[in-house]
Amino acid sequence: MTGRTQVHERTSTAPPAVAAPSFAAAVAGVYAGQLARARAARGPLLFVAVLQSLGIEILLRGVVRHDQPATSSAIVAGSTILVSAFVGLNLLAQRFGALRANGALDYYGALPITGAAVVVGTAASYATFTIPGALITATVGTALFGLPFTYLWLAVPACVVAGLALSAVGAAIGLGLPRPELATTVGQLAMTAVLFLSVIPPAHFPAGLRGVRDALPSTYPVDALAAALRGHPSASGQLWRLAVAMGYALLALALAGRVFRRSVDRARG
Amino acid sequence: MTTTAFEVLGVSRCYRRRTDEVWANRDIDLDVPAGDVFGILGPNGAGKSTLIRQLVGLLQPDHGVIRLFGEPVRSGPRGVGTRLAYLAQDEPALAEMPMATAVSTTARLRGRSRRDARAATVAILDELALADLAHRPLVTLSGGQRRLGCIAVALAGDLPVLVLDEPTTGLDPVARRAVWEAVSARRRQHGTTVVLVTHNVLEAEAVLDRVAILDGGRVIACDTPGRLKASVSDEVRLDVVWRSDPPLDDSAVAMLAARASRNGPRWSARMNELEARAALDGLLSGPALRCLDDFTLATPTLEDVYLALGGRNDDLERS
Repeated sequence: MTGRTQVHERTSTAPPAVAAPSFAAAVAGVYAGQLARARAARGPLLFVAVLQSLGIEILLRGVVRHDQPATSSAIVAGSTILVSAFVGLNLLAQRFGALRANGALDYYGALPITGAAVVVGTAASYATFTIPGALITATVGTALFGLPFTYLWLAVPACVVAGLALSAVGAAIGLGLPRPELATTVGQLAMTAVLFLSVIPPAHFPAGLRGVRDALPSTYPVDALAAALRGHPSASGQLWRLAVAMGYALLALALAGRVFRRSVDRARG
Repeated sequence: MTTTAFEVLGVSRCYRRRTDEVWANRDIDLDVPAGDVFGILGPNGAGKSTLIRQLVGLLQPDHGVIRLFGEPVRSGPRGVGTRLAYLAQDEPALAEMPMATAVSTTARLRGRSRRDARAATVAILDELALADLAHRPLVTLSGGQRRLGCIAVALAGDLPVLVLDEPTTGLDPVARRAVWEAVSARRRQHGTTVVLVTHNVLEAEAVLDRVAILDGGRVIACDTPGRLKASVSDEVRLDVVWRSDPPLDDSAVAMLAARASRNGPRWSARMNELEARAALDGLLSGPALRCLDDFTLATPTLEDVYLALGGRNDDLERS
């Protein structure tokens, strides 16, 4: 059976196509929509993320002496970036895994935008979402451990870059793995790795684990923030660490953008 | 001359599960004229949603080609999203967004400026009588309100082609009317082409210009509803409902029992007019009358066309 008809002229009066939004406008659109969604959906989860990090700071305050600034700054920096890891790695991996599984990527896939714009906009919204909690954690930790507030402002770029890098990795995990349970598990394992390898000061690790720590995108913003909290950050060192984290973010975003289209095509297969 | 919106040529898609091959659709050929309301009708599992996802570029066919206004269908910034809006059966991506945000964000992502998107959102929500729900997240609304909100999202951006997967499922009659009025207005004013999936026979007969009937992933018929029904016009459908078990030794009951599809006390049989008259005479004048609760004699519907053409399931909706 054929549903074809015979008398059609093909293209002469096709209606005009609308101009697709630019990449920046597409990212801004996705970002704005996701941020509005965040207000409704993610408040309680952010509360849990902050509470977890504050709990770690309070717990470790009981075993660290005042004259150990290297250890104190590492704990505060690690706990601060852990908020980003909780939201970016854990929640975003879950979110994209669920979107992929229930066919929700179709909504974005049918719009005249790239998969990369969807990933960048969503990851940026999750990164933004982590910042208030991360700053609360950094401020409370700095006060709790008696560290200098002078360079605490460096927590802002550190949290932004860490949030973007970890959210990008979370997006790649959620989009790349075939089942949502697997994405959730891997996201949580990645967050646990950040917890252990970022909160515990690097000097306490055996040499083998230091290599693993250096491979994590969270390590560089943690080290940048720890140096700031010790009160003597070097500009070049800070820039280098943040640039490495940003490199991770761009790589993970590029990877997630590539798997996005493949995920849409396979989502209902 | 009529312009063709969609051309579908020899499209097939196969899913491989371990060693099995499952054809979601096979050798589909269709033309959808621009400005038409074109329906894809079929029971669950007929391959309707697969075809729709292929039309909007979300699913690539393994074989064949699909064109929209002469250009191959593909996704992305230079793809069909610049000409068509797609409404899926559900929109979980938008579930936690306030309704107005979902509509305006979508309009922006379809290339509208922030100001245009905001104005369009107000107009669409007013048109569908959703203004009071504008700031409620979709997930907090009833099923019908949420579906209507998703239709508002599909209308955002005023694109020349609407592809709607079961748009009115879960809507009450008032909301259904609002949806069809909104679609008709766009068709009248802008010549909008509408492709919609339905498994509701009455809706298909009421709103569609042309309809393709799918079964088992293949097109088994494609024409106007009127011409399709005329192809089985020598047949009528006799539906009977029994209040108690009918006497199977009665000749009219036996004839009906042999031909009817049965659903508990509800029997439904297609036959020509003479046979239907004889069956009714037998039922109304014999011992079966005591067991008869109700009966209807109806002219053919698209469901009858579907069954007459060899459709294997009978789970099309008639409400």
